[in-house]
Amino acid sequence: MISDIYTIWLREMLRTFRARSRIISSLAMPFFWLVFIGVGIGSSFSLPGMNYISFLSPGIIGMILLFNSMFSSLSVIWDRQFGFLKEILVAPVSRTSIVLGKTLGGATMAIVTAFIMLLLEIVLGFVNPSFGIVFAFVFMILTAVCFVSIGLIIASRMESMEGFQMIMSFLIMPVFFLSGALFPLQNTPAWMQFASHFDPLTYGVDGLRGSMIGTSIYPLWIDFTVLSAITLFFIFMGSYMFSKSVR
Amino acid sequence: MAAIKIENLTKKFDDFTAVDSVSLEIEEGELFGLLGPNGAGKTTIISILATLLKPSDGKAEINGFFLHEQDKIRKSIGIVFQDPSLDDQLTGRENLEFHGRMYHMPKNLREKRIEEVLSLVDLKEKANSLVKTYSGGMKRRLEIARGLMHHPKILFLDEPTLGLDPQTRRNIWEYIENLNEKEKLTIILTTHYMEEADYLCDRVAIIDHGKIIALGTPDELKKSMGGDVISIEGEADKLGSVLNEDWVKEKKLLDGKMNVTVSSGESAIPKILEIAGRGGILVNSVNLKKPTLEDVFIHYTGRAIREEEASKKDMLRQQIKGEWKR
Repeated sequence: MISDIYTIWLREMLRTFRARSRIISSLAMPFFWLVFIGVGIGSSFSLPGMNYISFLSPGIIGMILLFNSMFSSLSVIWDRQFGFLKEILVAPVSRTSIVLGKTLGGATMAIVTAFIMLLLEIVLGFVNPSFGIVFAFVFMILTAVCFVSIGLIIASRMESMEGFQMIMSFLIMPVFFLSGALFPLQNTPAWMQFASHFDPLTYGVDGLRGSMIGTSIYPLWIDFTVLSAITLFFIFMGSYMFSKSVR
Repeated sequence: MAAIKIENLTKKFDDFTAVDSVSLEIEEGELFGLLGPNGAGKTTIISILATLLKPSDGKAEINGFFLHEQDKIRKSIGIVFQDPSLDDQLTGRENLEFHGRMYHMPKNLREKRIEEVLSLVDLKEKANSLVKTYSGGMKRRLEIARGLMHHPKILFLDEPTLGLDPQTRRNIWEYIENLNEKEKLTIILTTHYMEEADYLCDRVAIIDHGKIIALGTPDELKKSMGGDVISIEGEADKLGSVLNEDWVKEKKLLDGKMNVTVSSGESAIPKILEIAGRGGILVNSVNLKKPTLEDVFIHYTGRAIREEEASKKDMLRQQIKGEWKR
């Protein structure tokens, strides 16, 4: 079981690191957001007691985790279209191992990218290095696994790239904006605050912000508990949906 | 011992029957062919035997395991799918490595076997190149090599030469024959190419609409068609009247040509010419036509196997096939 998960994971890693340029390009957009939105908005908008760009830094990490995790599940559709899925399905390996291997593969890629961004933020002085980084790492893992699983649920129902892209554009942006990655949720109207409770990324970003710069809406243990529960739920659901989709 | 034993195997998709109570026994070491048009149910049979699909009814025993012993069957068979199933972002060697790991081969065995199967299909030099740089024939060979990685007792080849040019096809045939002989491997292949079944297979089952309509060695099947037909042009009616030997099975005057059916055309031609010479009968040309598996197929189904226009039912089959394939 463990060795099967490792094999599937290993292949994802080989593929990902063969396309190293993809990692660089997936860093570019969030980096521009951080610099231009961070400096631009930060110049005419201030938060009590902190720099806007510091506030934004954990949000951008959340952004990377969200986008990269969701899109990594595209690999399932690729495998299906290029036939490789059959090679995996006919092997004496359980469906659960396949899902977990895929999930960890996608999550690893997202976490590596997010970690590079975190280092950049520290180097550029937006975030102070502290012990909290260790907690941030925990939230990075949870957030990545959570959204890869959600991506897999969608991918296991999708035949084509086009369909996947469409669902993604209707899902990713609201999830991103509602999470409080860009602005403090405390000052938003009640409906928005209410909706944000149903967004898994809210807890991810809040947890990252609490760990990295010490301000958060909820105590860290609440973020951790809620996000862990959501993540576990989606892992099981993803595993179930994937097994069902391949029969 | 039988490598595969199938009893009344049936697969229904809703109200459509893709495989219709097929019974079959395939011996160890046999090179067995399932011949039939697209959508005849060949791929469905293979998918059931490879435990990718569950049958609606019937039993099957593969290498002594029953269909519910999924992992045991999977470890004891190799399969090459009709559609390409390689990761073309990886190298040939990495594809084999992945396969070996998935089948739980220990590292040293894996490494040894990779070299073995690579040399079996002559891909040693290309092993470290990305698969996307391979030609169609090379990809096929790599897939065959991969199917052999874990020392299966049975190798399934689903349309192994589909879409390959004639020269590459010949080339693949040689590899398949070689495997069957040298590795003592039981091979089951599906094909809709007559020549392929004829050239390669020890025995052939002709399949149409999910049923086996004929089964035997290619020679037996062809012989069952009555024999070779010699078509003679010249003073045909005169020749007809003097040809009364007992080795002449049938004679028919068709378009001014005398069609003589005999069991062995090659040895009958000189005899016929001798008889014609003795009687001073003019012979302009002699044409020998041996029955093909195509004739066998036409005989049983009343249509050619390569009819390009699929009937409505066939199109439905294709659709259903496409559906479960996703």
